[in-house]
Amino acid sequence: MGNLDSSWEMVIGLEVHAQLSTASKAFSTAKARLSDGESVAEERVNFNTNMICAGHPGTLPSLNKKAVELAIRAGLSTGCDIRLKSVFARKNYFYPDLPKGYQISQFDMPLCENGAINIELSDGKTKRIEIERIHMEEDAGKNVHMSGFSLVNLNRAGVPLIEIVSRPDMRSAEEAGAYLRELHSIVTAIDVCDGNMQEGNFRCDANVSVRKKGDSQLGTRTEIKNVNSFRFVEKAIEYEAARQVALIESGGKVVQETRLYDSAKNVTQPMRSKEEAHDYRYFPDPDLLPLVIEQSQIDAIQASLPELPREKKIRYQNEFGLSSYDAMVLTQSQDLSQIFESTLAILTVKKGAKTLSNFLSGEISRLMNEKDQKLSESKINSTHLARLVEVVSENVISSTGAKKVLSVIWETGQSVDEVIESEGLKQVSDMSALEPLVEEVLANNPNQVQQFRDGKEKLLGFFVGQVMKVSQGKANPERLKELLISKLKK
Amino acid sequence: MNSFSKFSEIREGYRSKKFSPVEVTQFYLDQIKKSKHNAYLDICEDRVLDQAKKVEKIIFSDKDAFEKYPLLGMPMGIKDLLNIDGVKTTCASKMLENYVAPYTATCVERLEKAGALSLGKLNLDEFAMGSSNENSAFGPVEHPTHPERVPGGSSGGSATAVGADLCLTSLGTDTGGSIRLPASFCGVVGYKPTYGRVSRFGVVAFASSLDQVGPFAKTVEDAALVAEVMSGKDIYDSTSSSESVGAWSSEISKPMDWKSLKVGVPKEYFVEGVEDSVRKSVEESLRWFESKGATLVDISLPHTEYAVSTYYVVAVSEASSNLARFDGVRFGTRPDGANESATLDEFYEKVRSQFGAEVKRRIILGTYALSSGYYDAYYSKACKVRRLIRNDFDEAFKKVDVIAGPVAPTVAFKRGAMLENPLQMYLMDIFTIPASLSGLPALSVPCGTQEDGLSIGLHLIGSPFADEKVLKVAHHFQKERYHG
Repeated sequence: MGNLDSSWEMVIGLEVHAQLSTASKAFSTAKARLSDGESVAEERVNFNTNMICAGHPGTLPSLNKKAVELAIRAGLSTGCDIRLKSVFARKNYFYPDLPKGYQISQFDMPLCENGAINIELSDGKTKRIEIERIHMEEDAGKNVHMSGFSLVNLNRAGVPLIEIVSRPDMRSAEEAGAYLRELHSIVTAIDVCDGNMQEGNFRCDANVSVRKKGDSQLGTRTEIKNVNSFRFVEKAIEYEAARQVALIESGGKVVQETRLYDSAKNVTQPMRSKEEAHDYRYFPDPDLLPLVIEQSQIDAIQASLPELPREKKIRYQNEFGLSSYDAMVLTQSQDLSQIFESTLAILTVKKGAKTLSNFLSGEISRLMNEKDQKLSESKINSTHLARLVEVVSENVISSTGAKKVLSVIWETGQSVDEVIESEGLKQVSDMSALEPLVEEVLANNPNQVQQFRDGKEKLLGFFVGQVMKVSQGKANPERLKELLISKLKK
Repeated sequence: MNSFSKFSEIREGYRSKKFSPVEVTQFYLDQIKKSKHNAYLDICEDRVLDQAKKVEKIIFSDKDAFEKYPLLGMPMGIKDLLNIDGVKTTCASKMLENYVAPYTATCVERLEKAGALSLGKLNLDEFAMGSSNENSAFGPVEHPTHPERVPGGSSGGSATAVGADLCLTSLGTDTGGSIRLPASFCGVVGYKPTYGRVSRFGVVAFASSLDQVGPFAKTVEDAALVAEVMSGKDIYDSTSSSESVGAWSSEISKPMDWKSLKVGVPKEYFVEGVEDSVRKSVEESLRWFESKGATLVDISLPHTEYAVSTYYVVAVSEASSNLARFDGVRFGTRPDGANESATLDEFYEKVRSQFGAEVKRRIILGTYALSSGYYDAYYSKACKVRRLIRNDFDEAFKKVDVIAGPVAPTVAFKRGAMLENPLQMYLMDIFTIPASLSGLPALSVPCGTQEDGLSIGLHLIGSPFADEKVLKVAHHFQKERYHG
C-alpha cells in the first residue's frame, strides 16, 4: 500500500514504555537487569526474582526511590509538570506472566503531566508534540510457549517502567518516527533508559486513526501493539492508515480494536476487539502510600540534568559548523556525542571537528550498523580518533585509507600509526614516485588526453581516478592533481 | 500442670525452676492433641520443641534472660493467615492446602526473637472472611465452652485456643471485627491495634487498607505485652507507622486517674437488635466506670448506619484484587483436569471454583464494585463515606478519651444459625466495623456472662495511636472490677 490520498489525514498518538535503568526492581530488591555481559538469549531464567516479584502471599511492595528519580528526570526533560502528590493504582487482569493478578501502575494521578517535545522533520521544519502524561509502573514477566505447555520467566516481572503517552498530535508516519527517535535520544541521554529496542527496554504502541482533511472529529482508532524498531513503527502506521482509508472508501467502518504488526508480511492483524478488551478495574493500591515529592527534590534533579540532545545539536551546528544531519546523528547517540567531545578536547588540529564528525556520522555509524554493536563495545577510543584526524589533515593517508584504519581498530584497538604501517596506507606524495604512474596513464589514454587539451577539463577527475587505481588508492590526490595539470597543459 | 491465666505465672515458674519451657510446651501440645475444638490446622511440634530447648539454654546461660527477651518461653498460637518460614499457610482454603511459606511474617519474627514459642497454626474463616469460623475449608471451630456454639470469626481458632487453654496467647487479624468479635464470644481479651502499628508483611491480605494483626490473651496486660513487642515501623510494609511504641505493658499498670477520664457512649451503639443480656452487661460496665469517678458523655456517631455497607464495598473490592494471585499458575492448587483445559479461561474457572462460597461471593461483589461504570457509584462513594465515618470519630474524640459500647449485638450463636443468611451474619460486625474503617485502636474485654455462661465483651475504642490509653482503661477495668 502506498501513500495516502491527499484528501485524507492520519492522526497518530504513541504510548512508549521505557524500562528505567535502575539496579533493582520497582518494588523489591531483586536485580532489575541481567548480569554484566549476559544477553537475553542466555539469561538465567527466573534468576532475578524474589518472593515479592513472584507475588508470594503476604508480600508487599516497597517503592524504589531511584526509579522515582529517573521518572522525574524523564518528566523534566520532556517539559512535564511533576505532581507533588501522585498515586499508585492497581491494574487488574489475569495473565500467567502477571503473578499478583494485577500490575502496579498509576491511573488518575500520574507522576508527570502536560509536557511537550520538539521534533525535526525532513523538510527542516520543527513541530511540537505534546505529552499528556508519564506514569510509573512495573513490567510483567514473560510467557514462553513450548509445545503443549507454557513456562513463565519472572526476570522481567517488576522491572520499573515509565509509560510516556503523547497526545494525538502526529499527522504522518514520518512524524511518528521522528517523535519516537527524539524521545529515545532524550531518555538515553539523561541515563533513564538503556534504549535497546530489540531487548524490549524501549517499546511502542501506536494509536492510529484517519479522517478527511479539515474534519475536526477524530476517526475511530486502532491500537497497534509492541512494534520493536523505529522503521517498523513507521511501516506499521503507514499500512494501518492505508488499510483504514481503503476500508472507509469501500463503504466499511473502522472497528476499535487492538492489532498486532507482522513485520515479515508488513501487515497489521486483529488481536482483540473492544468487546474483548479488559476492564482493568483500576483502584488506588492500598499497599502503597501516595507518592509525595518535595519541590526541593525536583529542583535538585532539574539541576543535575545534562544538556539535552536537541540543545546539543544546535550548539554543534553553531559552534563547529556541522550540518544539521551530522549534528543530529552525533547527538542522537550518547556514545557518539561523548566521543566527539572527548576527542575534540585532545585534538591539536584546527578545524578538525568537521573531519571528526564525518568519521562518526559516516564510517563509524556504518560499522555500528553492520556489526550491530555500540561504539562503546568497539576498541576505538578518542586517542585513535584524534590521531586519525591529524593524519588525514596532514594528507598522510586518504579518507579511503582512514575508513580502512577504522574498521581495523574497531576490532584490534591497535594504534593508528601501526595500522597505517601494517596496511601500507601511507599516501604517495613524492612527485618522483607519482610521475611514472602519471606518464603510464596518459600514455594509455591518448584520446582523453586530446579531449582535455581541446577544452574538456572535467576529464581531470577521470585521470585522477585512473592513477588512484594503479596506485591502489595511495596517491595523494592534491599532489596528483597538480602533477596531472602540469603534464596535460604542456 | 494446671493451665495458666497470665504470662507472669509462667515466667515465675521458669525463674524458680518449677517447670521448664519444654515442659510448658509439652503441656500445651498435649492439651492441643486432646482437644476436639478443631482450633489448630497444623501443630509445629518439632519446630516449637526446638524453640523451647533454645529458650531453656538461654535461661540457663544468661542471668538477664528475662529482661532481654520479654516473651521468653511464651506459648503462642498463630492464625493460619500469617506466614512462618517452612510451615504451611493454608488460610483455611482448599486453594492453599499445600502452600509452604518461604519466609516468616515480620510480626511473628519479632515475637519469636523476643522468645515466644509458636505452637502451631490456628483455624479461621477461609481467607479471614466470616464472623463464625464456619467458612473454614477444614471444618468449623468449636466455642471453647459451648460445643454447639460458634467461637465467632474470622479469628475463631485464635479465640478458642486461648479460651480453651490450647496456648497462652495467640495472634489474629482484624479487618472488620475478626479479633474483637471472637474475643467477645469466647470470653477472652482481643485487641486490634491502630492501623499501621503492626507490619502486614507476611500476612496474607484480605483487605489491605483494613487488615491489622493483634493479640488474644486472657489478660489485657499480656495482650499489651505481645502488641508492644510486635508493633513498630517495618521497611517491608510502606503502610506501617513510624509512630513510637511505648512500654505499654508496664505503663498501663500505673494508677488510673479515673476522675479525668471521659467515656463516650454513642447512642448508635445501643439500638434495637442488641440482645438484652448484652445491653445490660455493657450498661453495668458503664456504671462501674462512673462509680470509679469517670464521666460518661453521650455522643453520636451519625454515620454508623452506613458502616456495614461501606465496609462491604471497600473490603470486597480490595479482596477481589488481593485474591487474584490464586489463579493456579503459581499459587492455588490445580484440581484434576485443570491442566487439560482447552483455554486459559477454562483453566482459571476450574482453579478458582475451589474457593468457598463466601469467598466467591466477596470476589464477585468486589469485581462488580470496581468495574467501569460502577466504580463511582460503589467504590468511590464508599471511600467518601468512609471519610465521613472517620470524621464522626474525630469529632467525638475532641470530647472524650475512649468510646465504650457492645462488641456485638449478641452472644455466641449456634452453629448453622446464620449460614443461610449472609446479610444477617454481616450485621454481627455492625459495631466493630466503624473502628476498622477508621483505623482506630479497639479491643474487647470480658464484661459479663449470661446465665448459660456465654460471655459478653465490652468494646473500647481509642483515637488513632492512643493504643496505650485504650489498653490502660481496659487493664484497670479487668483488674479492679474482677480481681479487686
